[in-house]
Amino acid sequence: MNIALHNDTQVALSNYVLQLADTNLILAQRICEWCGHGPVLEQDIALSNIGLDLLGQTRSLYQYAAELLDEDKSEDDLAYLRSERQFKNLLLVEQPNGDFGYTIVRQFLYETFQQLLLTELKKSSNTQLAAIAEKSLIETNYHYKWSAEWVIRLGDGTEESKSRIQKSINEIWTYSGEMFIPCAAEQLLASISIIPDVAALKEAWMRKVKTVLDEATLTMPENMYMQQGGKTGVHTEHLGYILAEMQYLQRQYPRQQW
Amino acid sequence: MSPQINLEEQFQAKIDAEIKIEPKDWMPDAYRKTLIRQISQHAHSEIVGMLPEGNWLTRAPSLKRKATLLAKVQDEAGHGLYLYSAVETLGISRLQTIEDLLSGKAKYSSIFNYPTLTWADMGAIGWLVDGAAIMNQVPLCRTSYGPYARAMVRVCKEESFHQRQGYEIMMTLMNGSAEQKEMAQDAMNRWWWPAIMMFGPTDSESSNTEQSVKWKIKRHTNDELRQKFIDATVPQAEYIGLTIPDKDLKWNEAKGAYDFGAINWDEFWNVVKGNGPCNKQRLEARQNAHNNGAWVREAASAYAEKRAKRSVTAEVA
Amino acid sequence: MQQQDWPLWEIFIRSRQGLDHKHVGSLHAADAQMAIENARDVYTRRMEGVSIWAVESKYIHASNPDEAGAFFEPAEDKVYRHPTFYDIPEAIGHM
Repeated sequence: MNIALHNDTQVALSNYVLQLADTNLILAQRICEWCGHGPVLEQDIALSNIGLDLLGQTRSLYQYAAELLDEDKSEDDLAYLRSERQFKNLLLVEQPNGDFGYTIVRQFLYETFQQLLLTELKKSSNTQLAAIAEKSLIETNYHYKWSAEWVIRLGDGTEESKSRIQKSINEIWTYSGEMFIPCAAEQLLASISIIPDVAALKEAWMRKVKTVLDEATLTMPENMYMQQGGKTGVHTEHLGYILAEMQYLQRQYPRQQW
Repeated sequence: MSPQINLEEQFQAKIDAEIKIEPKDWMPDAYRKTLIRQISQHAHSEIVGMLPEGNWLTRAPSLKRKATLLAKVQDEAGHGLYLYSAVETLGISRLQTIEDLLSGKAKYSSIFNYPTLTWADMGAIGWLVDGAAIMNQVPLCRTSYGPYARAMVRVCKEESFHQRQGYEIMMTLMNGSAEQKEMAQDAMNRWWWPAIMMFGPTDSESSNTEQSVKWKIKRHTNDELRQKFIDATVPQAEYIGLTIPDKDLKWNEAKGAYDFGAINWDEFWNVVKGNGPCNKQRLEARQNAHNNGAWVREAASAYAEKRAKRSVTAEVA
Repeated sequence: MQQQDWPLWEIFIRSRQGLDHKHVGSLHAADAQMAIENARDVYTRRMEGVSIWAVESKYIHASNPDEAGAFFEPAEDKVYRHPTFYDIPEAIGHM
């Protein structure tokens, strides 16, 4: 356990950990929708593996958040009993799956960011955060590689695949900027070096994404207006449905063991 | 003696001596056909079987349950893959096998044509359906065709957690609120008979059994396995307070096994023929996955081809 | 485009350092990279491996089972290849 944190820091830290957990959970939830419906058996299995990794990371993060909140809450309380405005996930991950290409792009943009973030986060002075980041990074490296390779295959595949994935990139791009716009919690934690400054990760992210898109013979959108709000609980309309579905048993039969 | 008869005799002698048959060995046409039918049906069952459980992935009531269910459904995809690979050793491509499923020509286990209506169905499927499947599959680890036997060894090893996770779900519900208990009993009531039917028609009605047993493709008859399953499952149900929905079920001391009520074979054959509650929906889901994935599969092939060409060009240059 | 399967690959896995790669099964993949990654996802879900080989199935050449008798029998009467063929005094101990 870390030395007692200042109260504001404690609140910021728990909010931040929830943000990381929520984002992984919602993405895992989307990936679950693919299970049994993938384009080929081997890739169905690959996607589920990623989903399982994300769920594992989610659970570690919620468990840590529960510790920080000190309100006798469980990981499931945090996942199942918070509502739309309390969820802090990125808008990017709540977007519907679309076709396989859209799912791949969403994954690729996110994992590229995660790789950069976790690489910094594993050096955090907060030992628990650092430990979670270190373990997650191993999984993220693979997710990144897998999704980048698919971006290249689909981009440089057939004419149809190229036009489909380019369209997906253009559509989803507006949700990519939010990752680099720090919310209040991120600002506070970055100012005391518990987490990196996310804005500073943008350049490296753009470079990495550009390299892959170039190899995929795809075009990177420019100067697009960026949506934001996820980190402060202002979401797209999709999140409400995700939560309604995910939480319904816990809501309908409160305080039961499952 | 014609050479054909000689080959058949040698083949049967190998089977009798418990020597496994491998892909390139000579085998009677009917043996090959029976294997292709049985293994591909088995593979399709794994793949279609992902759908009823996949239906609850997004609604699993805890993160632990979500993760274990996803791992289980993913395992089923893996098992389908092992089995499709075994079919391929008999000279039938994956695509051909899948097309037979999508056209409705090939069958899969009828159990997956029943709907999953509540969370308790995840418990009932894991415990009863996987339990019945394991009963079938364990003897198949010693089946006479090598690739099938090896696939089954892998499947059985991985599947051991499936039944336990199902039973644990049921047990948790039976330890819970009145509503949860009701949910569990309701699932039991709906899944028991379809699970019993999973072993297929009675031996007297089963056209394939005798020859399959002689070839050691099957190692036990349908009725033997069904009896074994019932005898193993009844005490498990009693232990957690679930009632088996069969008023004729009773222990027969002389037989050393349970007597049980009449199976509704009319329902069984109707579901096999396509009249089950979800036949259409399951097949459509598989067709959609296949059709919607076509452009992805084509793109990856095209990219692989381009890259291979480029590397040749690079070498020449 | 005419629908066709991705190529079939045979997968070999080294379960731990120091052991041989062993054939575990096959899968379909568009290219070698994908085959290795799929093999990781399909055949090492329970930490079964530390190293993977993928070989496109069409490159595997097999001996003919019909000739197995003539092919392998000659080895049967070469018992002198086995250590137990030789008598060594017990006093020497393990050799």
